[in-house]
Amino acid sequence: MSHHKVEVRDLRFSYPDGHEAILKVSFTIFHGESVGIIGANGAGKSTLLMLLMGILFPDAGEILVGDTHLTRKTLPMIRQRLGMVFQDPDDQLFMTTVHEDVAFGPRNYQLDEQEVEYRVVEALAQVGIPHLIDRAPFKLSGGEKRAAAIATVLSMKPDILIMDEPTASLDPKSRRRVMGLLKSFEHTKIITSHDLDMVFETCQRVIVIKDGLIAADGSVEEVLENQQLLDDCGLEMPLSLQNCPNCGASKQVTQ
Amino acid sequence: MHMADALISPAVGGTMLAVSAGLAVYSVKKIKDDMDEKKIPLMGVMGAFVFAAQMINFTIPATGSSGHIGGGMLLSILLGPYAGFLTMASILLIQALFFADGGLLAYGCNVFNMGFWTCFMAYPLIYKWFTRKGLSAKSISWGSIIAVVIALQLGAFSVVLETLASGKTELPFSTFVLLMQPIHLAIGFVEGLITAAIVTYVWKARPEILEKAVLGQALGNISMKKVLTGLVIGVVVVGGALSWFASANPDGLEWSMERTAGTTELEAPDGVHQTFSDLQEKTAFLPDYTFKAPAEAVEQEGAAEEAEGTWPAVDPGTSVSGLLGGTMTLVLAGCIGFVISLSKKKGSNAAV
Amino acid sequence: MKESIHQIRLLDDLARRPIPINRLHPLVKLLTTVIYLTVAVSFGRYEISALLPLVFYPVIIFSLAELPMADMLKRIGWVMPFVLGIGILNPVFDHQTVSLLGLTISRGWLTFLSISIKCILTVAAGIILIATTGIDRLGAAMRMIGFPRIFVLQLLLTYRYISVLGDELARMIRAYSLRAPGQKGIKRDAWGSFAGSLLLRSFDRAQRVYAAMCLRGFAGEYNTGNIAKINSRDLRFLAGWGAFFVIARIYNVPLLLGSLLTGVIK
Repeated sequence: MSHHKVEVRDLRFSYPDGHEAILKVSFTIFHGESVGIIGANGAGKSTLLMLLMGILFPDAGEILVGDTHLTRKTLPMIRQRLGMVFQDPDDQLFMTTVHEDVAFGPRNYQLDEQEVEYRVVEALAQVGIPHLIDRAPFKLSGGEKRAAAIATVLSMKPDILIMDEPTASLDPKSRRRVMGLLKSFEHTKIITSHDLDMVFETCQRVIVIKDGLIAADGSVEEVLENQQLLDDCGLEMPLSLQNCPNCGASKQVTQ
Repeated sequence: MHMADALISPAVGGTMLAVSAGLAVYSVKKIKDDMDEKKIPLMGVMGAFVFAAQMINFTIPATGSSGHIGGGMLLSILLGPYAGFLTMASILLIQALFFADGGLLAYGCNVFNMGFWTCFMAYPLIYKWFTRKGLSAKSISWGSIIAVVIALQLGAFSVVLETLASGKTELPFSTFVLLMQPIHLAIGFVEGLITAAIVTYVWKARPEILEKAVLGQALGNISMKKVLTGLVIGVVVVGGALSWFASANPDGLEWSMERTAGTTELEAPDGVHQTFSDLQEKTAFLPDYTFKAPAEAVEQEGAAEEAEGTWPAVDPGTSVSGLLGGTMTLVLAGCIGFVISLSKKKGSNAAV
Repeated sequence: MKESIHQIRLLDDLARRPIPINRLHPLVKLLTTVIYLTVAVSFGRYEISALLPLVFYPVIIFSLAELPMADMLKRIGWVMPFVLGIGILNPVFDHQTVSLLGLTISRGWLTFLSISIKCILTVAAGIILIATTGIDRLGAAMRMIGFPRIFVLQLLLTYRYISVLGDELARMIRAYSLRAPGQKGIKRDAWGSFAGSLLLRSFDRAQRVYAAMCLRGFAGEYNTGNIAKINSRDLRFLAGWGAFFVIARIYNVPLLLGSLLTGVIK
């Protein structure tokens, strides 16, 4: 199943104004894995995602999706396999109704209208908002927007889902719903987030980025229970793992 | 500056719609040729930006009043003339549809008045000239202010011509011009200042936005020939309109005649005017250009009497039959409307 | 700004209601509106009673579409001032007089009344169009008559982001006014930075939207879904109203009606 693998080798990237966002990053993500990418603000997470999607091109190093190198020529083909959900759903819901947004991707693939229709309905059902199909985006709540944005990507049937801060600005119930969604997806998932509790619950593997380099790459328990490591990288332990504020006793980690 | 349908005749509206459509198609083609379709989301969001920015109250120091921007110049500077023009057109369409700010038949006029002069004339010829040696706070300011002022003057003048060519108003040319131009001089000056302030800010904060706009589009691509063609078209349009007004609107003359000679008689038509009125008789759908008939009718028939629906008639509106019929029509319409809404209410009640 | 967004949303909501008139094909409604406007505006300056039958269209459609009358009238009222401002000058400049039921009035009042009525009719027709069609279907109709697809896509994007940017602007204005008590607008030295910062953020947003579009396969052309076909109900609507408008244009119906009555009375 190697065609669902994402491999990054010795990636390097600097912005035009000189800021070196990614110094040297290498990792491989295998089919079906659920990987959280965490780091302090400015560590390079978003840049990494943009490099993965081909929005930015690296100064050095390479990216392979499946066995295909990511180049300008292979971009359209690779983008069919990757689906990215942005941080701000308003950037992704640019049409005038949810239906049009979710249909946008499949239509660009020249699928016939019947198939498009089918995919729209299927995607909306997957994220739990089939009733919002004709709603205008400005009438959606934060959680609904998030779900709709995910649907716009799902309708293209990607193999790999990339998500930038999927639980940002959501109220607790919506957050819980999105987390449930993520757990139900069988795609390979790459998720950046500040919500370490969410990462703890939905991911199996965590990569920590610090100043453009990988500071750690391991299972979610290894990384998120390592208080020293997290501290060094400008983070802290997930709240659900932190010591009791009253008596200071450390929590038992149960699965 | 937005023109309403009520002041437009179908001929003027239709002509300007055709002109604007032509410009739009040309712009789309240029955008496709330059592969600027990638600009589409930029055009969309910038359009929304200008729409929002038009709501901002920019207080003018020492006057206590506030100014606003139209946006055509700003859009050209940021997006280039073609994308700027199309974006302006979509803003105007939304304003016309949702706010009745400008009529639908008059849409072509508005797009031309507020889009053509800014994007295709003032921007390439004035702003780009001022900034030809490079961008600086000074060149941006001078370029923006002068370009906007001139574009608005031309736009306001176009409004005058279009209104007069439509013949819905008795306003004499000179008065109208004296009304429109100075007001728009002030408006243009303020908009120019605001545009300059915004562009300068953007240039200082993120110069690459403007550099990209300058490189990408191109005065380079607008050949001098095309600019001149545009100018010629403009002159023809203006010239044609002027001759229309000259023949069709002797009111300026009448007015001054009345003061000097004490008569309100309209001069007998001749030459161009005669041709036009002949044309009108044949194409019964353009009554507004017949200016001599009403005067004649009133003169010959004296106090209004029998109306015969001879058109264009002053009379139907003034005779008893006309009034009676008119009132009945209104009452009938009101009743029908009332009945319909009643039945709707009953229907929804029954459904409950 | 808030009222503008509210107005847009109101009209958007009205157009989405599942009532019969909304379901009519958008192209038919567009054509009907164009014919109506052309007819209304083609009446001569002095024609008043001949204009009146046109009032049936807005009255009937308003009722059929259950549009909120008071709100709509308010909207029409907003537009009138400029037109009236020009129109009111007609009585001033037109020195010819006519006799009306024994009273002598300046002919300018006739043209003024004519213009006012036309203004009300044309604005009402525009409101009807958008309140029963909505920007989506209107875009589809525009594509059908040949508007470039790029233009329509760009139009929809502008529409879509007006509310997003409007909210941002509202927040910015609120923040500004909390730190500038007593000011009614943006001061001169903040002109550039205030609008400019919104502009830069909009620019960045545009980049992100562009990225989002590319990631979903956008390559410059805009693919649209199937547009519903025109059915006989639509055609009957167009033919019926079209015929009515043309008849109203050619014959002065109120006059005929009135003469009939006065003839009968005599």
